[in-house]
Amino acid sequence: MTATDDNRAAPPPHRGRTAPIRVLIAKPGLDGHDQGAKVVVRGLMDAGFEVIYSGLRQTPEAVARIAQDEDVDVIGLSSLAGSHLPFCRRLRDLLHEYRLDDRLWLVGGNIPAADCAPLRELGIAGIFPTGSRLADIARFIREHVT
Amino acid sequence: MSGPRGSPGTTGGRVSNESGIEIGTVYAADELAASGGTGMVGRPGEYPFTRGIHANMYRQQPWTMRQYTGFADARRTNERFKYLIANGQTGLNVAFDLPTQIGVDSDDLLAAGEVGRVGTAVDTLRDFEIAFADIDLDRITVSLTINGAAAILIAMYLVMAEKRGFDIGRLRGTAQNDILKEFIGRGTWIFPVEPSVKLVVDTIEYCARNAPKYTPVSVCGYHIRESGATPVQEMAWAFCIARAYADGALARGLDIDEFAGRLSFNFNIYGSLFEQVAKFRAGRGLWARIMKEQYGATDPHSMWMRMIAGGGGSGLVAEQPELNIVRGAYYALIGALSGAQTMALCCYDEAYTIPSEYAQRIALRTMQILVEEMGLCDTVDPLAGSWYVETLTNQMRQKMEDIIAATDARGGIARLVAEGAIQAEVSAQAYARQKQLESGEFRKVGVNCYRIEEPAREPEFHPYDEEAARAQVAALAQVRSERDAAAVDAALQRVAADAKSGANVMPGIMDAVRAYASVGEITGRLIEAYGRYREPIRF
Repeated sequence: MTATDDNRAAPPPHRGRTAPIRVLIAKPGLDGHDQGAKVVVRGLMDAGFEVIYSGLRQTPEAVARIAQDEDVDVIGLSSLAGSHLPFCRRLRDLLHEYRLDDRLWLVGGNIPAADCAPLRELGIAGIFPTGSRLADIARFIREHVT
Repeated sequence: MSGPRGSPGTTGGRVSNESGIEIGTVYAADELAASGGTGMVGRPGEYPFTRGIHANMYRQQPWTMRQYTGFADARRTNERFKYLIANGQTGLNVAFDLPTQIGVDSDDLLAAGEVGRVGTAVDTLRDFEIAFADIDLDRITVSLTINGAAAILIAMYLVMAEKRGFDIGRLRGTAQNDILKEFIGRGTWIFPVEPSVKLVVDTIEYCARNAPKYTPVSVCGYHIRESGATPVQEMAWAFCIARAYADGALARGLDIDEFAGRLSFNFNIYGSLFEQVAKFRAGRGLWARIMKEQYGATDPHSMWMRMIAGGGGSGLVAEQPELNIVRGAYYALIGALSGAQTMALCCYDEAYTIPSEYAQRIALRTMQILVEEMGLCDTVDPLAGSWYVETLTNQMRQKMEDIIAATDARGGIARLVAEGAIQAEVSAQAYARQKQLESGEFRKVGVNCYRIEEPAREPEFHPYDEEAARAQVAALAQVRSERDAAAVDAALQRVAADAKSGANVMPGIMDAVRAYASVGEITGRLIEAYGRYREPIRF
C-alpha cells in the first residue's frame, strides 16, 4: 500500500532529519471522490515525502490504525462529501487514545469556511480547500514537521 | 499527458487541444480531405448519425432538462421534485445519499453522519413510494443516479410504478448503473469487478424481457473524464465499457437489437467548445459503426448514441464563483450544438454543496434561454460543414478508434480496471494537469490568470439535516416492524440462492423489494455470494 518510487533519489525534505517525512493521505467515510487525494499523493511523492495512500472508505478507527502502524509524521484527510466534522471529532479521540496527538494533522477538499474554526479546535493544523497548490501543502508540511 | 499546449503566460491560440490533436491556424478543404473527407458526415437521423440521431432533432422537441436533485429524506425530495416540475423541468434526476449508493441501510454504523447528506436516503420501497408520490411517471421520466446498488433500486422503481398502476412493459426511465466507471472514478463500488459486471448484465437482460422501454444503463464517460481522462479517452473508454456490457448480454442469448437501443451514455462537457462538439459528433458516428459493423445491429435504435450531457464539475472553480454561471451557459451551448438528448446542467454552487433552489433555477433558465431566445432549436447540427469542425470530428474519431484498439490489445477494459491500470493512467494525467494549472501553462480564469483580491465568498451551504436522518432511521424501524417477516426471509433466501447459482438475480430482488426488504439486507445477501471489492492501489 505504500506509494513510494524507488527510482527517485529523494533528498531529505527537512534539514534536521535524516529520514524522509512520512505522510498518510486517507479518504474518510463513504465519499468516493479520490482524484484530488491521488493528485496530492503524487505531488508529495515528487516533493520527496514518503506517502501512504489509504484508498477509499476508511473509518476513523482504520485511519488511526494505519497512522500508528506506519508511524507517519503527517495525517492528511481528503473530504469532498461534507462529513469531515463528525469524522474528525471521532478521529481526534482515537488519535489521543493511540498517543498520536503530536502528529501533524491536515484536511483538504470541500471544506466550508465556517468549518475551519471547529476543525482547528479539534487539532487540525492545516486546511487546504479545493484549489490549493501542491507546493503550498508541501511547504506547510516541511515547516511544521520537526 | 497530451495536454493543450500553448506558450505559458500568453493568451493567444493553442497549438494542440486536450486530446493531443494539433490545431491549425486556418482550415480549408485540403485539411478536411487529409483527415478523411466527408464520408462519415451523412444526414441527421440517418446512419452513421454523426449529425444527430433524429432527423428533426430540437425542431421537434428540445432536449430534456433533468437537473440532479435529492437530499435528506423522501418527503423533502418529493417537495423539490415538484418545485422543479412546476418550473418547467421535464425529467427528474435523482441523487442518493452515500449509504444508499454503497448498499447499506440508514441504521448501519457505516451510515452514521451520512444519511441524507449528498442525496436522498432510500432503505425500502416505502421511500420510493413517498419520493415519487403524485408524480406522473408517464409524463416525467426519472433517471436514478445509482450504480453499486442499481439492481435493487431499478427493481424498487419498477415495483413502485407497478403498484401505482403503470404498465412496466411501457414504462420509460433510466438508471446510471455503470459499475465499471465507478472503479475508475466516483467510487460507489460494492462487489468485485466480475460479479459487478454480471449484475449489470442481469438488469439489461431483465429489462429487455420485462421492461423493454426502460433504459437500464447509462454508460458514463463523465466520471472517467473527471478523474483525469482526455476527451477522446473519455469517449473511447465509455464505448469499451458499453461493449463489455453488450458482450455479457449477448452471452445470455439476447439479440443485439433486443437491448442495444436501450443503452445510453452520460458525457462530460467542459473543455474547449469545438473539441467538445467534435467529440460528440465523432462519437455518434463511431458508436453507430461499432454497433452495425462489429455487432451486426440492424435496428437503427441500436446504433444511436443517446446521451445526457451538460455537467462538468472539474470545469467549475471556487474563485469568483459567479463565473461558474457563465461557464454553465457555455456548457449548455456546447450540449445544444452537439445534439444532446438530455442535459443536467451543472449549478454554480455544485462544487460546494447540494444546489440551492436558486442555483437550480438559474441552470434551468440558462437552458430555457437557449431554447426560447437564442435559436438553438431552429436547425439541426448547425456547425456541420465547417472545415474545422469536420476535420476535428474525423481526427477525434480516429483517436478514439486507436484507444479502443489499444485497450482491447491490453486485455480489455474490465481487466484493466480490475488491475487498476486505467485508474493509474487517469490519475497520472490529473496530476500532470494540476502541475500545468499551477505553472500557468493550462489557463483557468480566476485561478491562474485574471485573479482579483476578494474576500472568500461561498454560496449558502445546504445544511445537514440531522432531524431528517433520525426520522429516516425511525421510518426504517417502523417498516421492519410492519412487514411480513416470513415473506422477507423467503425472498432474501431466494436472492442468496440465485446469486450463488449464477442465475439472474433480478426476479428475486423484485420479490424482496415487494416484501419491503431493505437495500442493506439485499446487498448483504449478494455480498455473501460475490464478496467485496478490494481497491488496487497503484501509482
